[in-house]
Amino acid sequence: MAVSNEAIPAPRSRARVRADQVVSTLSRVRELGLVFALLLIVVIVGFQQPRFVSPNNIRQILEAVSILGVLAVGQTLVVLTRNVDLSVASIVGLVAYVAGDLFKQNPGISVGLVIGLVLLMGLGLGAINGLLVTYGQVPAIVATLGTLYVYRGIDYLIASGQQITVSDVPDAYRAIAGAELFAIPLPIVITAVIVLIATYVLRYTRFGRQLYAVGSNPEAARIVGLQRDQVVFAAFALSGLLAAVGGILWGAKFGAVDARAAYGYELQVVAAVVVGGVNIFGGVGTVIGAVLGAIVLGSIQNALTILRLNPFWLQAISGGVILLAVLIDALITRRLQRMLMARRQR
Amino acid sequence: MHQDQAQPAVELTGITKQFGAVQALRGVQLVLYPGEVTALVGENGAGKSTLVKMLAGIHQPDQGTIRINGEQVVLDGPLAARARGIAVIHQHPTLFPDLDVAENIYMGRQPRDRFGRIDWRAMYADVTRLLATLGEEINVRAPVRALAVADQQLVEIAKALSLDARVLIMDEPTASLSAREVDRLFAIVRRLRDQGVAILFVSHRLDEVYALCDKITVFRDGAYVLTAPTSELSTEETIRAMVGRRLESLFPKEDAEIGDVLLRVRGLTRAGVFRDVGFDLRRGEILGMFGLVGAGRTEIARVLFGVDRADSGTIELDGRPVQLSSPASALRHGIGYVPEDRHAQGLVLEHAIAANITLPILPRLARWGLLNRGREQAVAGDYATQLQVRASGLDQIAAALSGGNQQKVVLSKWLATNPKVLILDEPTRGIDIGTKAEVHRIISHLATEGMGILLISSELPEVLAMADRVIVLHEGTVTGEFSRDAANQETVMFAATGQDEMLVTTNGRL
Repeated sequence: MAVSNEAIPAPRSRARVRADQVVSTLSRVRELGLVFALLLIVVIVGFQQPRFVSPNNIRQILEAVSILGVLAVGQTLVVLTRNVDLSVASIVGLVAYVAGDLFKQNPGISVGLVIGLVLLMGLGLGAINGLLVTYGQVPAIVATLGTLYVYRGIDYLIASGQQITVSDVPDAYRAIAGAELFAIPLPIVITAVIVLIATYVLRYTRFGRQLYAVGSNPEAARIVGLQRDQVVFAAFALSGLLAAVGGILWGAKFGAVDARAAYGYELQVVAAVVVGGVNIFGGVGTVIGAVLGAIVLGSIQNALTILRLNPFWLQAISGGVILLAVLIDALITRRLQRMLMARRQR
Repeated sequence: MHQDQAQPAVELTGITKQFGAVQALRGVQLVLYPGEVTALVGENGAGKSTLVKMLAGIHQPDQGTIRINGEQVVLDGPLAARARGIAVIHQHPTLFPDLDVAENIYMGRQPRDRFGRIDWRAMYADVTRLLATLGEEINVRAPVRALAVADQQLVEIAKALSLDARVLIMDEPTASLSAREVDRLFAIVRRLRDQGVAILFVSHRLDEVYALCDKITVFRDGAYVLTAPTSELSTEETIRAMVGRRLESLFPKEDAEIGDVLLRVRGLTRAGVFRDVGFDLRRGEILGMFGLVGAGRTEIARVLFGVDRADSGTIELDGRPVQLSSPASALRHGIGYVPEDRHAQGLVLEHAIAANITLPILPRLARWGLLNRGREQAVAGDYATQLQVRASGLDQIAAALSGGNQQKVVLSKWLATNPKVLILDEPTRGIDIGTKAEVHRIISHLATEGMGILLISSELPEVLAMADRVIVLHEGTVTGEFSRDAANQETVMFAATGQDEMLVTTNGRL
């Protein structure tokens, strides 16, 4: 509809437009804060113990974080829609064991085939979560808590006390964790590629934007005609798929796997996402932020080892970092709200 | 203005809608022409919002037909309404607070380049241009959360424009705007009208209706009353059509002896909600507080019960200033509050009647932290009998009761605290007529026992019949105070719609 350009009273002042800009920058400050926190850790720990910033150690940190990073990407997709996926660690464990078992039971089986099969399995397990939440209308925290136990239970049943040993799996599979591309360990490359793809999807596809929309205001999403259920379902399915990638990396890295692989790991994943500034109530956050969150947590873990601190500190400090991150987030939000109120009163 | 032969953009006939026991719309009609602004006015509960939701595709009529450009249609969802060129701007914008302005306008249909990527540059340019045609300069990259409500509404309007809407429905769009923002909005609406958009302007601010609209349609109690050109209908006639003439015999009022001032409120202000509110409430008096949606009635009640804090002003009880910092302190001072939404705030639906009644006085019924069941039953039984709560027993859970009996349980609960001042917020909303009369009888009886009662209601006949005195609020300020004799439908409604010249006091007449 064309609208003619007559004079309209009371155009907006420049000052108000600028205030809008300040607010919009503020809401992007979350990732910057993480980078700052990371720098702080590097400077403080690096000063105490230069070994911390050696290329070798940095490589070690990133390698350790790569699996967490992949899972954090999947979790971010889900959390953006105002849901959560607690079953990811169980999927990692199940995939890692099933892949190993396939190699053990079928010597000479193609590595590519096994990878394809377990990726499909992850996708399917994620799809079950998605169906429970959308079609079944079960709140995500309950639905995935249930599948957390169910998937792990299946893992125990299949393993029935057995273990996959290093000798059970072919070298080509182990190479996924051991190989390098341009001197960079393959897991890091894989994670980086996934982060790039996910960032692209979230930024440049309608599907990606709909993840934000559904989480930001489900009712508004319905009114503008988005297919809410399909979007949420897809997020869970993708989270399952990425958990399977995590499971493959896990199996390749450790070689020896039993049914307890990655037990309790989901909490670290959620922690990374939350520390990474992804709003647990949906609609806000980036994959880069979530991965930075994972790196921050990984660096703290590594630093405590390097500084030879009592490992018992680890949990408490990780918890403190989570609280700090959420607190800062809440402060920013409240600050925003107050600025808005002030402007409305004018 | 349309010509007589012009085809209506929207034509509703014989629309009926029922929600449970409530008849929201009874065979109403509405016609919108291209290039015209039509006002839809009516009291609270007249059925305006239901009609709007029907045009938005959120509700479907039980009976009746909807025609768009002469063609009969079924609007079975928001998308269907949108496809027919209908855009609805709801009272509270339905936007994505975390996403930026441009995306809110283009969600789900973002422009894409030839690789299928979202073309942000094109989207920002488009939206900037769109807003410029509205004469507005809003940062299109700012998250909507950061915008004032007025600007959020502009985003909604821009969205409607980008969808090429031919019918624009605005539900109380000015409710949270400043005078300047209203002017700006009106200028935009007039321009859209001149371009042939059919506009429905739902409002209860008559001054705005007269400033903006070409025609007025009046609804009352879910029924159609009249449609007339604005120029041919005086404000008085409109108000009379809105309130009508209704029986008052439903509300029995006992004469109570009115005593000393019990509650004195002066200069009570809560920024952005209400300001400089002052009144006295005497022993044995029923003080009616009337106002339309957004007048600030409930907000004042919440401050008087210590839920919210006032920014300034004083509250005196029995001549002594009091600080009401929490509901507990309000209770200690003898103030009881029956909230508007009894489901959300008044009852624990899953609990038994007895447990609900004794909830605020639990400490009194307990010894060493253990509840004395016998005393609980005795106290609850007392009030339940007194108020004639109809239930199978005190153990029946509250959810199983009818609306009227639930309300009696809520009343019992507060009576058990022995309040001096009882604030009743919409005490008879959603209650059948028989029980309504009973609730009125109870209220009236409480006053004769010396309780001071603040009766908040959006039902004018109820206020007029029950109250010894009426204060009227309009957008957070007291715009009128009437004695029982001086209060009638017209005087009160004039004050409630903010008609300045009608600022009248106790002895004022029309």
